[in-house]
Amino acid sequence: MIAKLETDGQGGPTVRLFNGPPRPIEVSEEVPLEIHDLTVAYHKKPVLWGIDLSVPKGKLVGIVGPNGAGKSTLIKAVMGLVSLSSGWIKIFGLPYKTSRTRVGYVPQRESVDWDFPVNVMDVVLMGRYGHLGLIQRPTRADRDIARESLEKVKMLPFANRQIANLSGGQQQRVFLARALAQESDLYFMDEPFAGVDAATETAIVTLMQELKDRGKTLLVVHHDLPTARNYFDMLLLLNMRVVAFGPTEQVFTHDLLQATYGGRLTILSEVAHEVKQRAT
Amino acid sequence: MNDFIPHFDFQRVFLAPWTANNLESTAWIALMGFLVTAACGLVGNYLILRRMALVGDAISHSVLPGIAIAFLLSRSRSATAMFVGALAAGIVTTVIIEVIHHKTRVKQDSAIGIAFTTLFAIGVILVSLFAAKVDLDQECVLYGEIAFVPLGEFTSFAGIVLGPPSVVRMAIVTLATVLLIAVFYKELLVSSFDPGLAASLGINAVLVHYALMCWLSVVVVSAFEAVGAILVIAMLILPGATASLISQRLPVIMGLTVLHAALSSVLGIHLATWLECSTAAAMVIMASTLFGAAWIFSPTDGLLRRWLRKRLAEPAVEPTVQMPQNS
Repeated sequence: MIAKLETDGQGGPTVRLFNGPPRPIEVSEEVPLEIHDLTVAYHKKPVLWGIDLSVPKGKLVGIVGPNGAGKSTLIKAVMGLVSLSSGWIKIFGLPYKTSRTRVGYVPQRESVDWDFPVNVMDVVLMGRYGHLGLIQRPTRADRDIARESLEKVKMLPFANRQIANLSGGQQQRVFLARALAQESDLYFMDEPFAGVDAATETAIVTLMQELKDRGKTLLVVHHDLPTARNYFDMLLLLNMRVVAFGPTEQVFTHDLLQATYGGRLTILSEVAHEVKQRAT
Repeated sequence: MNDFIPHFDFQRVFLAPWTANNLESTAWIALMGFLVTAACGLVGNYLILRRMALVGDAISHSVLPGIAIAFLLSRSRSATAMFVGALAAGIVTTVIIEVIHHKTRVKQDSAIGIAFTTLFAIGVILVSLFAAKVDLDQECVLYGEIAFVPLGEFTSFAGIVLGPPSVVRMAIVTLATVLLIAVFYKELLVSSFDPGLAASLGINAVLVHYALMCWLSVVVVSAFEAVGAILVIAMLILPGATASLISQRLPVIMGLTVLHAALSSVLGIHLATWLECSTAAAMVIMASTLFGAAWIFSPTDGLLRRWLRKRLAEPAVEPTVQMPQNS
């Protein structure tokens, strides 16, 4: 083995080359998410193709693209919920399987069974499970964190409410409170604005800004183009491939949006063109 | 009419089973019925939560070829061989269902139907082919006979006579079930509710799935002797389903599951005494009767409660009504 990954005395990852002195890895903290040549396929049909991405720290990133563009699949790939056909994903410079616990996740609201026999507090406390050992039950401190998180999304009065008896917007806020309670550094949110009322939408935006200000990185799947422009620092235009990724003001252009939403035919022909060029 | 319904005699049906002569065997049967229903019900709760009730059906059937092959290979009826056979069958069933579901366009419910009928058929063929060589009673595997539990030699440990071997075994399995649920409560809860979150917490949802299926196989095979492959499905689903009609909190549901197990076991014995029928079947009937009772009398959402609410025109206590300013 030429290079060996280990930790130094301070707990940071280091790399040792040719049995020389350990050197710290530089990429780790500043790059929360790095994806290289990621391809995901369902039944041999590619959904994501050759994704290269490096997300800087402390940014609020919107993932935008038409239906079937692979937005949710991208998040699921990072969460390890779908298997990768090729490529790799690194979170804070480490293989995604080892540092996934630094990731907070807000799934699509419909992805869970809201008749599940738990109340609001139970769901938010699930966000603390990553900080607890085997058998260990949530402590008073965990409950305090859960209560604070609920307070932030104005759901504290509902702490003992059965989750089946919540409105759509309230369900979404519970998920957000749970993500807050996870105290992660990198967040993935899958359409948090889908089917919520205006008040909840404002509350979510405020919360995302607050998280960003605390140095967290957020990637949010979003459907609505007009609001995307106002909500996010950076946009990832996705349609099976990365059409563009950059600061919102640079990426939110007619041509790039046209390329993203203009149908898959354009994208596929561009790919075919590229392949032809590479072959010659 | 009287030809069909046996004469009901309170003395004979309710008191006689608990008098000196019958007390011991009644107590062992009641305990066995309780242990089987409690263990199955507790594991079954997770099947219900994961919408996998049919998988319980599948595994309880496919355990048959597992124990048949274990008999043939080990040439013994030892508990170890049975457990190993059942475990292997449970894993094979789970793998087959997953493979068919993921590698073809066939949906999961159809995959379950294919997997367990095929394995069960193999089991039936094995049992009928080698019936002479292996001392395996097909009737007993399918229907079980809890009334035979107190017969035969008792198990003793360190000089203390514990009880009939099947009851001792079931007691260990039931205790282990409670212990496993207590230890892995968080993992089971999160991976059942939200696999995506489970992944982000570093919980391997696939591993939890297979572990649950393995333990289900163990519970099912130890319950076999008492209730058989067919009635065990009732024990997997009825206690949890009844409890979930009464409460919406998982820990309470778990407790009610155990209460349901105790009630259906004891009431089943009395029903069986009255009708002079199979005790296991009578226990299932009482378990279903309790389900029906919960449906009607549930304090949270029972039919009676709903009717009363409408009748008294009391203002509906719909919790969503009292929303504060923020929504």
